[in-house]
Amino acid sequence: MSCNPPAKFTVNGMARTYTGDPRRSLLDFLRDDLGLCGTKKGCDHGQCGACTVIVDGRRINSCLTLAIMQHGSEITTIEGLGEPDHLSALQRAFIKHDGFQCGYCTPGQICSATAMLEELAQGWPSHVSADLQHIKLSDDELRERMSGNLCRCGAYSNIIAAIREITEATP
Amino acid sequence: MFGTFDSPDQRNLLDRTGQGIIGKGLDRPEAGLKVTGRATYAAEYRPENCADGVLVTATVAQGKILQIESEKIEALPGVLGIFTDKLMLRRPAQGTAGRAPAQDPRQIEYHGQPLALVVAETFEQAMHAAKALCITYERHHDVPYDPETAPSEPAEKPIILGDLDEAMANAAHKVDATYETAGHASAAMEPHASIASWQGDDLTIWGSFQMISHNVKELADALRIAPKRVRILSPYVGGGFGSKLGISHDAVAAALAAKALGRPVRVVLTRQQVFTTIMRRSETRQRLRLAADGDGRLTGLGHEAWVSNLPQESFAEPVTQATQFLYGGENRKLCVNIARISRLTAGSVRAPGEAVGMQALEAAMDELAERAGLDPIELRKRNLPSSEPGKDRPYSSRMLAEALDQGAAAFGWHERQPKPCMTREGEWWIGLGVASAARVNMLMPAAARVRLEPDGSLLVQSDQTDIGTGSYAILGQIAGEMLGVPIERVRVELGDSELPSGAGSGGSFGASSTGSAVFRACEAIRDRLAHRLGARSDRLDLRNGIASSGERSAPVAELLRGYALEEIGRIKPGKTQIDYAQASYGAFFCEVAVNAFTAETRIRRLLGVFGFGRVLNQKTARSQCLGGMVWGIGSALSEELSFDLRDGRLMNHDLEQYHLPVHADIPDLDVILLEERDTAASPLQAKGVGELGICGTAGAIANAVYNACGVRAYSFPITPDRLIDRLPEPLT
Amino acid sequence: MRPFEYRRATKPSDISAADRIIAGGTNILDLMKLEVEVPAQIIDINPLGMTEISEIDGGLRIGAMVRNTDCAADARVRRDYPLLARAILAGASPQLRNRATTGGNLCQRTRCSYFMQPEARCNKRDPGTGCDALHGVNRSHAIFGASENCIATYPGDMAVALLALGASVEILGRTGTRSVPIGDFHRLPEHQPAKDNLLEPGELISSVTLPPAMGGAQIYRKVRDRSSFAFALVSVAAAITIADGRIRHAALAFGSVAHKPWQDPAVETALVGQEPSLKLFAQAADLLVGKAKAQSGNAFKIPLLRRALIAVLSEATNTEA
Repeated sequence: MSCNPPAKFTVNGMARTYTGDPRRSLLDFLRDDLGLCGTKKGCDHGQCGACTVIVDGRRINSCLTLAIMQHGSEITTIEGLGEPDHLSALQRAFIKHDGFQCGYCTPGQICSATAMLEELAQGWPSHVSADLQHIKLSDDELRERMSGNLCRCGAYSNIIAAIREITEATP
Repeated sequence: MFGTFDSPDQRNLLDRTGQGIIGKGLDRPEAGLKVTGRATYAAEYRPENCADGVLVTATVAQGKILQIESEKIEALPGVLGIFTDKLMLRRPAQGTAGRAPAQDPRQIEYHGQPLALVVAETFEQAMHAAKALCITYERHHDVPYDPETAPSEPAEKPIILGDLDEAMANAAHKVDATYETAGHASAAMEPHASIASWQGDDLTIWGSFQMISHNVKELADALRIAPKRVRILSPYVGGGFGSKLGISHDAVAAALAAKALGRPVRVVLTRQQVFTTIMRRSETRQRLRLAADGDGRLTGLGHEAWVSNLPQESFAEPVTQATQFLYGGENRKLCVNIARISRLTAGSVRAPGEAVGMQALEAAMDELAERAGLDPIELRKRNLPSSEPGKDRPYSSRMLAEALDQGAAAFGWHERQPKPCMTREGEWWIGLGVASAARVNMLMPAAARVRLEPDGSLLVQSDQTDIGTGSYAILGQIAGEMLGVPIERVRVELGDSELPSGAGSGGSFGASSTGSAVFRACEAIRDRLAHRLGARSDRLDLRNGIASSGERSAPVAELLRGYALEEIGRIKPGKTQIDYAQASYGAFFCEVAVNAFTAETRIRRLLGVFGFGRVLNQKTARSQCLGGMVWGIGSALSEELSFDLRDGRLMNHDLEQYHLPVHADIPDLDVILLEERDTAASPLQAKGVGELGICGTAGAIANAVYNACGVRAYSFPITPDRLIDRLPEPLT
Repeated sequence: MRPFEYRRATKPSDISAADRIIAGGTNILDLMKLEVEVPAQIIDINPLGMTEISEIDGGLRIGAMVRNTDCAADARVRRDYPLLARAILAGASPQLRNRATTGGNLCQRTRCSYFMQPEARCNKRDPGTGCDALHGVNRSHAIFGASENCIATYPGDMAVALLALGASVEILGRTGTRSVPIGDFHRLPEHQPAKDNLLEPGELISSVTLPPAMGGAQIYRKVRDRSSFAFALVSVAAAITIADGRIRHAALAFGSVAHKPWQDPAVETALVGQEPSLKLFAQAADLLVGKAKAQSGNAFKIPLLRRALIAVLSEATNTEA
């Protein structure tokens, strides 16, 4: 059992190896080592959701995990979800509904919502689910499930409108 | 043409242009970058060989540094230096200061004050070294920490008209109530950050700023260098809300360290440091006295406020700002008193003054309506003065009554039970409330460059920032509309101090001020195009690249003859600002549910109806309103800075413990934008909208809480602890 | 963060007494960044598995590394232990629940602001320095079981439900496995507030075991300052069964009111065998809060807990006001 072993993982499909300071968070690794600055640092303590990325299909706070812990992971960041001229449907909906203002929480909101739609498809319950067995989609469900992503500009209604458009488009 | 705005512009030119994009809810031009994570914020520029700096903050409230044990820390891996330069800042600059705030951090004024900067090769190294740095202090004792017990003095001359005491004594209906509002944090999602890089004597700062031309001066003054040596770049700003109006310690510390180390340095405040070292909105205590005659007409209006700040800070939360002009009452007493205490700096937080002043005033008005037996909307409409009380100047435009009426119809206000505790759904008491919205309007000096390229495309440039407000969208729309250029062919460059000075983003004045500068630059270009076409400029029609006037018509590209046309437009506030009482207005309608057992309050519906002159972009303006309303919900229900009264330490200095509203707190909000032209406000006939949505929201919510459960809130936020003892017993 | 050595465990015996264990990391990394936690050695137990939920003796055994999300989404948990699913879903955010583990969540440390600010005096963080919370900002602090040394609360939700459900915690040490009732796992502060629970250095939680499902009404009520993503002011976990119009079984636990998930058998005894009524619930709630002692800034918690319990009992028994 070696000390500070290398971590091998993928980011947006590209193989990466981390061998640096074990203190480095996944967030700082993405931003400072890979230059993937779409993942934002808002609080560095898992309290705002701006750093949300998708690891092995699940949204997590990249500030509260270490780069060295990612061994074997598949990581997707906002840069892996779309590009300005190849937007995902959710990204297009965010633009249409003005689901952001300053834009700083936006990549986290979009990564979070992208993974949340998958969670809904799996039928996972939430705090507001009236029936834990059968999940009924509602705006309250969307709001509860997005509550790990703060937006100080107050774009919440528009963000939900954008996500709702996607849920309505997918039966 | 290039001077002050002295008389109303009644041409309403933007109603006669033909491109048809002004006011439209166009997408933000930078949207694609923002939703893909490609927009670059302050901390994300990495010049080569950039080191990371972390600030060290004070763990005592007042005193001075005796010793900093640097040697041990300098020996830690990667550490490049520890900086305690006396040019470093103790606190951030207030908005529009234009000069350095208090310097020399060795004198400690408040708990959490920045003291030193530790720079290392990596963020982790700097962070740990900053935490490990041992500092010994000489502590000062007998420091005032509690605004309730510290002595206070008037912040400015009180406004006293007639005899309020007598009006109260003779009133048919009256309210005399004291309200408390908690301190608030701006808590922009992007923490303050600066990267400093020197090229010889020239400094480049990538930073997060709201008002670049002022920030350049503040930074130059702090560093004792000429402003022309400073370049600031802030193309994208992750929210400001007042907290980035002036420079703060990150920029100065980064610049000093970068100079000393001969390499670029990045300083990003931790979230905790954003809370403890930037700006707070002062807590307030407000005594409202309303005297009314038998018809509910105000005869007296008193609004006395107590706020706090550090000694030597000139800023005092202007709590009574809207009370001055909103309602009548010939006997008046309005004043703001300030206590000097040791807590982090108080300064501008979204809608300074009205955000908390309107919430108390509107709660008091609700109480008066009840006592006078009037519908709260009727009470307000009866008390709209025909001219500003005490100044006798006309209102420029004021759609408050229309907002109240349209909102009432849209919301179904008539369904409100006039008495509280009439509607119960399961565990929840349901109630409705209303409040007025008002926020002063300001025009600020601004300049912008507009360049009509030889191919007929447009470039708009200003150091104006877009902090989420929509500057990129609306400045392009104004120019495209004025010069007949489709929006796809308009490019907007912002946030660079080398560009003409915009008004900056603050006080809701950015869009109308810098927009007016763009407007004027376009007017000058229109004149030149008209001349080339051989037409009068007031008869010139420009649309889709074609200039026409009567029989004459030519492609604009042809008139340009292969050369660009470029103009700098300027505007300054003038006589219209003095001759008219200018404000944006609106109304809030709210439905809340209050849990009969646990006293939790939840918003079920919230409608805002707003009139703020010409709407420049339906989509971004609506978003500004929504954002303000979310702030209002936070102010009403959850946001509260909590200080330890033994040392002024901020206890809830993060986003876990300082409760911003989350998605689940916000139902679908409704916004109605009223059609309005305010010719005295700006050549665009537009007023400010960025802060209006928060100015009164919490009053509507408090009034709805009362209507639901019969408990008047006199202390905000209305958390369960503030209601539980007064809620009706749920079992009976 | 202080420098540390990081290792990946390949088997439980890799863990030494000098190691701090990292699982989901959502709490310990938070505290390490603040340098409230300053381990020199970190061992990552993510490679150890322990991610199964299995049926055992009519109950469920939940592996220590089962993520909160997976536990709440498990069909058996949802069907038979909805209280547990509800409590987990009331906590934190989806992002945090995707990472947080069953074992780690039990070891979650307090959110006392003085504990989390290293320059403040705190007996939990730095034994013997004092307790700044005692006369400071203590709105969120304990009303039961506090000592003059520490008035912090255990802030979690999941453990409160586990307590009401009668779960036990399996602990793996170098000398073998032991099982403790969850009510004994967390401690009161007494003279040793630094010690949150019974875990000794080098020990590892391997699983949590739930007894056979009891059915009936299961409710988790969390009262907080905003609608989601906030710690509880108070919380109530209740599992109630009714037979022949009387309360047959009542298991109650209370969160964010003490240094550990709180339980008061006297309250349960007062309910069992009785016909549900608002009067009965008020009596039970009065019995509970009669023993509460407020700090300088949290007297509101007493009526709040009282009323929250009445609301929960009413809901669980369909008793209307």
